Amino acid sequence: MAIRSLRYREALREAMIEEMERDPAVFILGEEVGHYDGAYKVTEGMLAKFGERRVLDTPIAEAGFAGIAIGAAIVGLRPVVEFMTWNFSAVAFDQILNNAAKLRQMSGGQLKCPIVFRGPNGSAKQVGSQHSHAMEHFYATIPGLKVVAPAFSQDAKGLLKTAIRDDDPVCFMESETLYSVKGDVDDAIDAIPFGVAQVVRTGTRCTLVAYARMTHVCLEAAKILAEQGVEVEVVDLRSLRPLDEDTIIASVQKTHYCVVVHEGFPYGGVGAEVADRVQRLAFDSLDGPVLRVTNFDVPMPYNANLEQLCIPSAARVVATVERLLSR
Amino acid sequence: MTPNAESVVPDTRQHLEDMYRRMVLIRRVEEECARAYALGKIGGFLHLYIGQEAVAVGAVAAIEPTDYVVTTYRDHGLAIAKGMSARACLAELFGKATGCSKGLGGSMHLFDEERRFMGGHGIVGAHIPLAAGIAFAAKYRGESNVTLCFFGEGAVSIGAFHEGLSLAALWKLPIVFVCENNEYAMGTPLDRSLSIADVSAKALSYGMARDRLFVTDVLDVERTMAAAVARARAGHPSLVEVRTYRFRGHSMSDPGKYRSANEVDKHKANDPLVRARRDLLALGRKEDELKALEASVEDEVQDAVRFAEASPEPDASILETATYAGPFAS
Repeated sequence: MAIRSLRYREALREAMIEEMERDPAVFILGEEVGHYDGAYKVTEGMLAKFGERRVLDTPIAEAGFAGIAIGAAIVGLRPVVEFMTWNFSAVAFDQILNNAAKLRQMSGGQLKCPIVFRGPNGSAKQVGSQHSHAMEHFYATIPGLKVVAPAFSQDAKGLLKTAIRDDDPVCFMESETLYSVKGDVDDAIDAIPFGVAQVVRTGTRCTLVAYARMTHVCLEAAKILAEQGVEVEVVDLRSLRPLDEDTIIASVQKTHYCVVVHEGFPYGGVGAEVADRVQRLAFDSLDGPVLRVTNFDVPMPYNANLEQLCIPSAARVVATVERLLSR
Repeated sequence: MTPNAESVVPDTRQHLEDMYRRMVLIRRVEEECARAYALGKIGGFLHLYIGQEAVAVGAVAAIEPTDYVVTTYRDHGLAIAKGMSARACLAELFGKATGCSKGLGGSMHLFDEERRFMGGHGIVGAHIPLAAGIAFAAKYRGESNVTLCFFGEGAVSIGAFHEGLSLAALWKLPIVFVCENNEYAMGTPLDRSLSIADVSAKALSYGMARDRLFVTDVLDVERTMAAAVARARAGHPSLVEVRTYRFRGHSMSDPGKYRSANEVDKHKANDPLVRARRDLLALGRKEDELKALEASVEDEVQDAVRFAEASPEPDASILETATYAGPFAS
């Protein structure tokens, strides 16, 4: 089996193509996914390969096409809904919150809703406050949903395959700034299970918990810290719901410190959830408070310098670790 | 046209009688619900269908068992029309494990997947795209089934209505959208909630077929719906506006002070149940035969109430398995 270097978007595309070839119930729909070949070219070539029955361009009507996909899912199809960006899922939020996540429960377990919502999430570059949301925090709070956010090409492919085969609704968070990033993809690895975090760098002094693009930021910070003689461990969550607390706790028991890094607002959110679990499950191991590095608590500014100031950077992660360890 | 007993084939009489029985069953279930609600046996919201029975029964008579029905939170009538038992319905309202949704859904969320009754939805208009999706799946798989999607005129102002109809028309989905216009969106009359009096006109902007009728006769509903269902099977969705009237308030907490007693009485005089009973007599059914039919409905309803009362509460073990089809994700 070969190990190939694939861009993140190519890995996603391979996952969809392979799953569509495997299962005729899988189809993709969304704005510009077909004739335009995808707003971010994730679905490039898929219309030519599968035709208009299975690669459907939709009008700009997120609530409408998300709702249609959910309806199709509860009677046995496996739709992959592409949001041009997760920001636009806000107008379909009711469909995801009240239909996708609850139909099984409201029907007393009669129905299941095997559907994937996917698209780029978080900040891009200078696209302003309405197009820079980290939406995973909203969705991860909702029982009935699963939420994943891969950082690397291998995980993008393997987790998307799992998402498509899953019988529950999955919110699949990609990143515009990762789409062109290359990474190794081992053809021997097929689907990657949810709820399994990955230690992507080992260290002893502090645990950095991150996912998606922030995993890369933490690896960069870890490199800077290592030059100062501070070896930190980086845990890439990959899956936010279910959350692999065992891997987080095992790491914190080793390092005694924990910093959670993510995009999005600091009020509540995935970082607060991780902090809660760490203090509950590893209280005796902690030598300091669990800290979070998040976006500033403001809507995203357009100005490039201010934008970069608001988003967690390697420098801010480094400074946070230094502050924590020198208490 | 006055039905003539001599010229009507027995099949027609039997058909009307079956529909009459189903309408009486719905009404009697609803009346028992009102009573149980007052006794505190049913919690939460309770939206009764009394007065609108002919819509559900006439529409379901126009489809096959393999066709789907989706509706709003005012769902007991359509659930029973689609074949749900009074037992499963009442047990659900009583919050019992034997309810159609195992006591997790309640009045607003009746589901019966086997009979293709797909809810029971509490967010106004949000089930309209969902229903279009069920129709989409039929088209995708090359199946012949159609979907009926019901909603009140209160739903036609919300975005999901427009997105659902717009996409259904664009993709030529096998669906009939049925607007049960009961003249009041909760407490707001038509003329204060809509800029036009004819809801079916909304279909024009989607290039969708439309129809409209004032319900007095359950057979009229069946005929109108049969035409729309035939169009749907050929890949042409429709919007059908059915003018009806609910005799009770919006929900049990609504005394209906926005309507005069005269207005309600006027509509009660045109009750489609009374009409169907009169027509059955005219078609040659005897009074004592109808009384026997009504008594059998009464037995069925009383049995359902006893069943609901005696049934066990759901166990907490269902909470997690009903949330995820796979392992619980936390």
